[in-house]
Amino acid sequence: MSKELYMVLMVLAMALVTYFIRMIPLAFFHKKIKSTFIKSLLYYVPYAVLTAMTFPSVFFVTGNVYSAIIGVCVAFIGAVSKRSLVVVAILSVVSILLYNLLPYLFLI
Amino acid sequence: MNSSMTFKKGLKDGIPIALGYLSVSFAFGVTAVEMGIPALIALLTSMTNLTSAGQLAGITVIAVFGTLLEVVLTQVVINARYFLMSLSLSQRLDGKFRFIDRVLCAFGVTDEIFAVAVNNKEPITKRYIWGLICLPYFGWAIGTISGALIGNVLPEILVSALSIALFAMFIAIIVPGAMENVKVLPVIIISATASCIIYFVPFFDFVSQGISYIICALVASIIGALLFPIKDGDGNE
Repeated sequence: MSKELYMVLMVLAMALVTYFIRMIPLAFFHKKIKSTFIKSLLYYVPYAVLTAMTFPSVFFVTGNVYSAIIGVCVAFIGAVSKRSLVVVAILSVVSILLYNLLPYLFLI
Repeated sequence: MNSSMTFKKGLKDGIPIALGYLSVSFAFGVTAVEMGIPALIALLTSMTNLTSAGQLAGITVIAVFGTLLEVVLTQVVINARYFLMSLSLSQRLDGKFRFIDRVLCAFGVTDEIFAVAVNNKEPITKRYIWGLICLPYFGWAIGTISGALIGNVLPEILVSALSIALFAMFIAIIVPGAMENVKVLPVIIISATASCIIYFVPFFDFVSQGISYIICALVASIIGALLFPIKDGDGNE
């Protein structure tokens, strides 16, 4: 088997596994869940997952803890003032871009 | 009944996800080529898998010619969180989803698409979910092939700034959620604390990122569901 064929087959195997994990609950659990416990659990899952993905990773993702703190603060302020997801994301990116450009301003 | 959950609203809600994906998948493309994966196979990976951590772990195994079992196990462990997300999402779909619609749209369940979809008050419509999947899917593919082909052309200053986009979006979902229903706050605090403990305490170094998400999500949500059950009329239910 050539190297490329091996890679393609492995990539397709990855895709199948990942797809089945996503598809099984969606395809087979379409009844509305009645249990208050399960309903509460599923209500909290998105917030819990997103929080776990964000903290502490967000502070290391830009490669500079200070720029990340600025980005997080800007996103927090945007979120509290109920800006849309696009606006919050753009404001946060721009704030870090400005922070990254600061040293160059002083060079001129 | 006219729902405001149109294809167009889905497209619009997908813009920030697509922007974030461009930078994340760009990084994936660069990494894949560095590991010796051809650019087209990197693109194929992104177009068939649509998952960040899973893809990265998968190609790491493939690059050193790992076995099928290794590749499959890695995916199961890292992507098991999608099982929870799909289950949660299945409760939010409107009544017009046929079996085939559910089977097809399952392909697009990513962390971010799921998060944005369930952030809506109204039941999710078919048109909305397809609109929502559209731009992030192409963003993910375009970012991957760009990263694989033009690797180091984008200045580091820009890439570093773009890498915050997805996290900023998460914050924009979490914070209003907690402001609207104060019961969400303890769940967030528990999850963040658990996540930081697993990240920083050396004892937990063996816990992979995917498993860490599952542990934190389950611990925080179970405590939340036991102590602060959601009654009908609370928040989104």
